[in-house]
Amino acid sequence: MSTARIQPHSGAAFARIHGVGGYRPVRVIPNAEVLGWIESSDEWIRTRSGIAERRWAGPSETVAEMSVQAAGKAIAAAGIDASRIGGVIVATVSHFKQTPAVATEIAERLGCGTAPAFDISAACAGFGYGLSLADGMIRGGSAEYVLVIGVERLSDLTDTTDRSTAFIFGDGAGAAVVGPSDTPGIGRIIWGSDGSQKDVITQTEAWDTAFAKPDAVNGVGAEQKWPALRMEGQTVFRWAVWEMAKVAQQALDAAGVTADQLGAFIPHQANMRITDAMIKALKLPDSVPVARDIAETGNTSAASIPLAMERMLESGEAKSGDLALIIGFGAGLVYAAAVVTLP
Amino acid sequence: MATKDEVLEGLAEIVNEIAGIPAEDVELEKSFTDDLDVDSLSMVEVVVAAEERFDVKIPDDEVKNLKTVGDAVNYILANAS
Repeated sequence: MSTARIQPHSGAAFARIHGVGGYRPVRVIPNAEVLGWIESSDEWIRTRSGIAERRWAGPSETVAEMSVQAAGKAIAAAGIDASRIGGVIVATVSHFKQTPAVATEIAERLGCGTAPAFDISAACAGFGYGLSLADGMIRGGSAEYVLVIGVERLSDLTDTTDRSTAFIFGDGAGAAVVGPSDTPGIGRIIWGSDGSQKDVITQTEAWDTAFAKPDAVNGVGAEQKWPALRMEGQTVFRWAVWEMAKVAQQALDAAGVTADQLGAFIPHQANMRITDAMIKALKLPDSVPVARDIAETGNTSAASIPLAMERMLESGEAKSGDLALIIGFGAGLVYAAAVVTLP
Repeated sequence: MATKDEVLEGLAEIVNEIAGIPAEDVELEKSFTDDLDVDSLSMVEVVVAAEERFDVKIPDDEVKNLKTVGDAVNYILANAS
């Protein structure tokens, strides 16, 4: 056995979010446009989902570009120089070039030097998963500041002929700068997965088998039928409301915070009906402001929590220093919830 | 053990609370979707509330078979512990 010892190391006592920023694509898709694809009505879409319009990215609004825009705002809000960022984590399920990770390009464009940069896949819980990693990196001493980005182009995975999902998804990016803090700014993160329900929300087909099919099956060129996102609505609804209400309560308990002390409830913007039912299941007091960004943004998966957080802070609905309960949940199934101090 | 009338009455209260339908309209032969305008997500809320009230498990696979109020009442009567 060697007598040499590895020198101990440690980081900041606590971590918190120092700044958030978002990017919303220019093109607005109102429900009226969706009605050109599916047999439905504005009222039906609104009562089933709470969505009035969503943003869809154009060709120049790539995953990298939207991320750089959102992260630039978050870094400015945090008031730090990008060179102090020691980690870039990008949560996404809709960046179609797997290698290299898109995070490295984003880190380079932002001026984050040689910061470790990598992508994670945790669907609609991606932001919470990234936050958990960032919290550990900062407190463990492997980074001073970490950039967590949730970014999606779900329009690329939307089957516009599927009446049950065509109206749901949107595109965008949300970013947070996480860094050291003298007081706890991120409660213990309650996170997990349930692979027994892997088929409840899923891409319809793997890329390799989809592309291996002859044109006769798949169509040709631009008409080629891509894999898309599908979900079993009732099963997802039941899990997202009643199982996730328990997870949200665990996050409150772990932080030692009661619901009436919250300055904001920011659930993943999956569906307004899920949010409303979750409020009931959690017995959240009416006094707590609730994120309802989905009405104008649609479901943007990993991007939805930071986008909604930015909107609540900008509109004054929630204030810096307030406590917010965040919870992400989605395909996997995966989930992550925590109480955080708003930047 | 609840009687058929008690289950119907309890279910009517649940449907009233969740979907705002007058309890007296909730009758055995009524279809949740076609007659009572209970959409698929409200149906899940009704099912979860019924599970709690009648101490019964109603799996997702079963929910689609509960077309009418009578289907739900019979399922609850047959499966309540």
